[in-house]
Order: sequence, then C-alpha cells, then structure tokens
Amino acid sequence: MEWLFNFPFEIKPDLNAIDSAVRGFALWAAPVLDALSGGLIWLVNSIAWLLSHIPWFLLIAGVFFLGWKARKDLKSGLLYAALLFLIGVVGYWDAMITTLSIVLSGVLISLLIGLPVGVILSTSVRLNNLARPILDTMQTMPSFVYLIPALLFFGLGSQSGVIATVIYAVVPVIRLTSLGIRQVDREVVEAAASFGSTRWQSLFKVQIPQAMPTIMAGVNQTLMMAMAMVVTCSMIGARGLGVEVLNAVNRVEMGRGILSGASVVILAVILDRVTQGWFGKEGN
Amino acid sequence: MANTLIQVKNLSKLYGLNRSEAASMMRAGSDKNTVYQKTGVTAALWDINLEVKQGEIYVLIGLSGSGKSTLLRCFNRLNRPTSGEVLFEGKSLTEMNKKELLEFRRNRISMVFQSFGLMSHRDVLGNVAYGLEVKGVPRAEREEKAMKMIEMVGLSGWEHKSCAQLSGGMRQRVGIARALANDAEVLLMDEPFSALDPLVRREMQFELLSLQRKLKKTIIFVTHDIDEAFKLGDTVSIMRDGRIIQTGTPEEMSTNPADDYVREFIGSADKSKVLTVKNIMMTPACMMRSHDGIELAIREMRANALSSIYVVNDEMQFEGIITIAQAIRAHREHLRPADVMEREIQTTHGDALIADIMPVAAETPFPIAVVDEENRLQGIVTKSSVLTALM
Repeated sequence: MEWLFNFPFEIKPDLNAIDSAVRGFALWAAPVLDALSGGLIWLVNSIAWLLSHIPWFLLIAGVFFLGWKARKDLKSGLLYAALLFLIGVVGYWDAMITTLSIVLSGVLISLLIGLPVGVILSTSVRLNNLARPILDTMQTMPSFVYLIPALLFFGLGSQSGVIATVIYAVVPVIRLTSLGIRQVDREVVEAAASFGSTRWQSLFKVQIPQAMPTIMAGVNQTLMMAMAMVVTCSMIGARGLGVEVLNAVNRVEMGRGILSGASVVILAVILDRVTQGWFGKEGN
Repeated sequence: MANTLIQVKNLSKLYGLNRSEAASMMRAGSDKNTVYQKTGVTAALWDINLEVKQGEIYVLIGLSGSGKSTLLRCFNRLNRPTSGEVLFEGKSLTEMNKKELLEFRRNRISMVFQSFGLMSHRDVLGNVAYGLEVKGVPRAEREEKAMKMIEMVGLSGWEHKSCAQLSGGMRQRVGIARALANDAEVLLMDEPFSALDPLVRREMQFELLSLQRKLKKTIIFVTHDIDEAFKLGDTVSIMRDGRIIQTGTPEEMSTNPADDYVREFIGSADKSKVLTVKNIMMTPACMMRSHDGIELAIREMRANALSSIYVVNDEMQFEGIITIAQAIRAHREHLRPADVMEREIQTTHGDALIADIMPVAAETPFPIAVVDEENRLQGIVTKSSVLTALM
C-alpha cells in the first residue's frame, strides 16, 4: 500500500542552470545595474543626510506636531513624541534614522512606480486581469526570495534593501490606485464626460481626486509593508534597526531583541498613525 | 411651428458579440428575449425614430430596462449607436471626430443625472463651474457665471458648502445649475427627480417648468413616472423593450392609446384608482371620549377653531360627531353628549380606493371617518383632501 502515499516520481529541475543564467544576466547587465545601484545609494544617503541634519529635538517636535494635527488630539502627539524620544534614549537614534531613510527611499520609489502603473491598470479590464497574477505573486512570494536577486544584481548594502522593499511594497499602491479609480461612481465619470472633459481632464480633475481616499489607503499600506521589510533586508546588508534585530537573533540576546524590536514597532506605529490621520482628512 | 432640432433615424444599439445575426433576427421581427436567448446579444434599442423640436420638453418614458436611459445617452454620444444616426441641426453625431464631439458636449448639450453625478471633492461652486472649467474659461469669469446659476436655482449662500451637506433636492439643484452653466441649448435629464421624495419632486417639477419657460431650453427628459411625463412633456414617447411604441402629446396619448400596454401605462396615471384612503387620511384635530363632559367638547372645538368634534369610546371605537351648535344646545339644556351626538356618519376603511369613496365624499356634510375592522377611528378624509389628491 505504500505506493498510495508516496509520490510516484520526481523530476529535479536543473537549479544550477537557473543560478548561472541569473549570474550571467547580472554580469551582462552590470553597467546598467551599477548605475542603478549608485543612484539608489545616492538617494538613501541623501535622505539620511537630510534626516540626520535635523536636530533631534526638532524631529521629536515635528512628530508631536504631526501626531497632534493628524489625530486632532494633544495626547496622541505627546505619546508619539515620547515614544520617539524613547528610541533615542535606548541608543538607537542613528539606527532609526538609517532605517527611516531606507524605508522612505523604498516608499518614494514605490509611489513613483506604483501610482502611474495603478492609473494605467485602471483604464483597462484586460490589463488589470493580466497584472493580477503578477501582483499576487509579488505579494505572496516569501519576501526572503527577493533578497537573492537583489543581492546578485545590486550587491551587499542598503541599495539592495531598497530594491527588495520596492518589489514587496509596491503592490498595494498599484492595486488600490487601480481599484479606487475603477470604483468612482459611474455617473460622476459620465458627468465629467458629458461636459466635454478630455480623458486627461476627467482623470486628473475627477477620477483621481474621487479615488483619493482609496489611493491614500494604498500609500499607507505601502509604507507599512516597507517597514515590515526592514528586518528582512538587514540580511543583505541594509543597515539600521534591522541589523540590531538580526544580531540579537544570531547571538540569542533577548534584551537586545526586545529593545530593537520595540523600536521598529514604535517607528511603524508613528508612521502609520501620522499618515493615516493626514490622508483620512482628505477623504472627507 | 418650431424647428426640428434633433432627429433620430433608425437608431439601434446592440450589446454583445454576435451583433449582425442578432440584427437580422430583429429585422425579421423576433422579440428582444428570443434574440438574447439565441445569440446572447441584448438589443437595448431597436429602430428608434423621433424628432425633437426646438424649445420643447420631450419625455421618454418606460419601465426600467426599456432602453430609455440608453437612448438618452445617444444624444451626447456617451453611448455610441450600433447603427442609425442622431442628427443635431442636421449634423450627424456619429460622424463627429473627437474634437468636434468635445466642442459639441462643451457648448451645445449638457446633462443632469439620476443620482446627481456630483463630484464630492469639490464644493457646490466647483461643481457648477466644472463645465466652464474644462472649456478653459478663466477662473473669475467662470465663478461669476456659476454664482449666477447657483442663485437661479435658489442655492445662494451654499456655494462653498460641500455637496455632502446638502439634501437630495438641493443636490439636484446643483446638478441643474451645473448643466445650465455652460449655456447649452439642450438639456438631457436622466430621471432627475426619481431619487427625491414626492413633495420635493413636485416642487422641482414646477421649478423646472418655470426655468424652461424663462430660458427656452430644449429638454429631453427620461422618467418612469407617467404623471411626471404628462405634467412636463410637450411630446411623450412610451418605450418598451428597446422600441418606441407610441409618440404623441399627453392628450393624444390618453384619448387614443396605441395598444393595451400604453393604455395600462396611462391608466396608472389616474390616481383615484391607485391611491387608497390611507394615503390621504388625516388625524382628526379634535376628539373626545363619549363620557367626557360637554364643556370639554366646547373647549376643544374653540381651541382648535373647529365646528365639530369626533366622539370615541374608551377602546377608540368611533361613536359619532357633535357639532358646535348641538354642543351649545346641550350645554344650555343640560343634556349629555350622547343625546346630541350625530350618529349617521359615513365611514370607510383605510384600504378603500379613493375612486370608490368619491361619490360619498361629494354628498356627505361631514368628513368621512376612517375606521378599522373593529370600528376603531383611524383618521378622517375631508372633501378637500380627496380633491387635492387627484390634482
């Protein structure tokens, strides 16, 4: 009866061939990849430079102010400022700045790619159906897998982290931009057309503004997913808080794990709440 | 006689893949359902011919799925006909290129929608000015124009409110102002008042008529309400299953319906055969219980400025009416209310049709009492409420 429970045969694909093909491509496209890599490093460094030249107390004050405005509640502002202060107190201020600059770079690139792609997908049901399995794959593929090509093509460092982050985090903004635009009330779109709007006028004056709450929900999700990649990306040399978490795991240091993990959570919560409150306002 | 402004010739609109086969089936006289079952093609419109004259209100009426909204959208080419043409001042809409179509929509024709089609991210002013904005009219000029339109529809002071803050009737006023703002001579209205409650609807119909008289627009109006159609329409076309069954003035149509379907449709316009007593009854303003004193009856009547009072027992069962004259007599002669009560009062049930109580209502000196199976008083129907219900 064993044949019932054992799979009858196996064909092993030649994994080495795949590996060498990818490596071959990396060598062949090296000039382009290096240029890209350089660009990404410049972007991350610029944002890091900018953030690190804001005095720490101004950053905390900024978070207080944004939190207060976004949540319309003084206590929230105070809480977020205090939490951010705590990250500095436990000695992760610089790591936090580095992480933030990688996340922001990733989000920036995701938006630059995702918003136009979402708009294009919204215009055609067929394109949308075509893109769906691709987007599903990008989102469900274990995020560690992205580390391999990122590492191969862009080398060890923050730039690879940004690339892996973008692949993982670009999906929600594409999806929700496309969904938001397609969900705009049919009569409103008809109204725009009936007054003689061109396609662009209809898109920019009516459809995108009407879809804004949904698009912003996508932006917020993209931001959150970028945060989630921070720790993973430390495995391919992205610096910042993720490295601390990784070290804690490697050395089985519970204290370090809790502190660095909590710092990641705090940063994520602040980014989420501030952006949510901010975008939510536009929706109304 | 006014000039013909728009002409529709042999217009058809088919949805689906196998259109040519469906078209030949339709030509052979098959009905919409058979064609759909055989070919999978929906014949939304088939062989429509009509003429709209300058300055008239042309009403398209039919049940949902009859193709009236689809037809309306052919007039500004939101829908492109499968075959046939729409001629505007003799120029074919289907042959217009992109640029001509934009110009046509910007200057000649505008549209009002059933659920208003307002842009919630813009305020009232931004919505009304939209048509002018896409035309490229400078800001100051378009806002001035929009303000005039807002004033015309009676929304002054609301121009900077968001559309979400407005009631349904006010939102449709915004929709109408927006459509009027770019001075188009033709207004397409797709069931504009269907989403409004009856009182507001009546008011808006009235205002539309007076606007039309003032501005001399040509209006093509879609509705499923025969009363609305007859109230507004100079010419009415009844549609069914994608075809026009009859076109004519409301009078022509009611005196000479083309077939049973039209007759039935128009029949529903006679409200006395549709409305029941429940729809028009009122709560009696002045009521007493049979064991109350006569002084109370007089006080009640005086307080409400009425000349009669309804008498019920403790179970709310209707007993009769006491008039003020009888009450004063009872007061003087120290009689009990029961002694002077008028018991011969006409009663009816809430489910009775108005048509059935009309003869009674015309003759009885007192309002008719509406009671339920156990003779409990539900309300009253006066002569005037019967008559106004039929207006």
